[in-house]
Amino acid sequence: MEVLLGITGKDFTLIAASKAAMRGATILKVSDDKTRQLNKHTLMAFSGEAGDTVQFAEYIQANAQLYSMRNETDLSPSALANFVRGELASSLRSRKPYNVNLLLGGVDPITHKPSLYWLDYLASLAPVPYAAHGYAQYYCLSLLDKHHQPDISLERGMELLRLCADELKRRLPIDFKGLIVKVVTKDGIEVKPFDEDAVVRGT
Amino acid sequence: MSSPFSINGGACVAMVGKDCVAIACDLRLGLQALTVSNNFPKVFQYGDNVFLGLTGLATDVSTVSDLFRYKVNMYRLREERHIAPRTFANLVSSSLYERRFGPYFVSPVVAGLDPTTGAPFICGFDSIGCIDFAKDFIVSGTATEQLFGMCESLWEPDLGPDALFETISQSLLNAVDRDALSGWGAHVYIIEKDKVTKRLLKGRQD
Repeated sequence: MEVLLGITGKDFTLIAASKAAMRGATILKVSDDKTRQLNKHTLMAFSGEAGDTVQFAEYIQANAQLYSMRNETDLSPSALANFVRGELASSLRSRKPYNVNLLLGGVDPITHKPSLYWLDYLASLAPVPYAAHGYAQYYCLSLLDKHHQPDISLERGMELLRLCADELKRRLPIDFKGLIVKVVTKDGIEVKPFDEDAVVRGT
Repeated sequence: MSSPFSINGGACVAMVGKDCVAIACDLRLGLQALTVSNNFPKVFQYGDNVFLGLTGLATDVSTVSDLFRYKVNMYRLREERHIAPRTFANLVSSSLYERRFGPYFVSPVVAGLDPTTGAPFICGFDSIGCIDFAKDFIVSGTATEQLFGMCESLWEPDLGPDALFETISQSLLNAVDRDALSGWGAHVYIIEKDKVTKRLLKGRQD
């Protein structure tokens, strides 16, 4: 019941992840951050098996940062996406594969073009304008099919995220404790305040 | 349904014409019935007129296409010339058989023109590298049955480039419309001597 959402717009990429850390039917934490910053303009959100997720994400984060320090330049989001895919693909055919689903969002440091990459635990990689993982796919992709436009503003992007969050609150049987929302622009990554007290009425 | 070959869906077809060949693929990437992306091409170019179509498990489509980009680049550096389609086909075959007991879940299709004679060349493979040479057409993916039907009825010998484009496009488009796991647009390559034309077909978006 973990939620990952990503939306690209005119000059930004939004990434949202549910704040509940769950173990079986128990919620262990209500302020979990399922994202890691890879470099100045690339953010990765992850879901999947408990130990694997953070281990894999921080391994990728460390390698991205090592590259930045060695070369005094950041890898672009597309380069990082393909690196992550390679690591996940070689893990897939190992004795114990990582069971991690990822969204990788970023803004190209040179062209300032926003991008979003969808990766599942099989290491299928797809560049997409908007994406979701888990049950959120079934509820949110149809909403975004209808309302998303490639050149939307950040305000409109947040509205769409609100739309998705409300639908999830309405239809998911378990409370996912709201979303942590981060935005990537050419100036870097910041956390966006996301109203969590809004009451959503059932249909 | 849970066969690795039909999780993501996709279709690919190659055809021989008169002094030309064509190769085409759909653009869908799905997870069972859910469509994740409608921009996932399955045909890749290696050199001037060598093309590889890959259907099957999406992760292996990416892995195998990246692997051959590496191998073909290394071949070009070592031999100081482009790889010929027939040579490439044998490279594909032996590379897939290396994974005999843990195969890549892909059904490749190779299409190209022989660089010396200009003769059309197409062939297909199973996932462990058995080559299927053909004089007419090769199909692969989740819409193979539909594609066989379309190609058997539309294809004829010695089609010119324009007629071949119509034939391969209609075959692919009408085949994927009868397959729930493929479609959402198509890429069509027409390969002639000294000229490659790539066309994007919108197709049905439902």
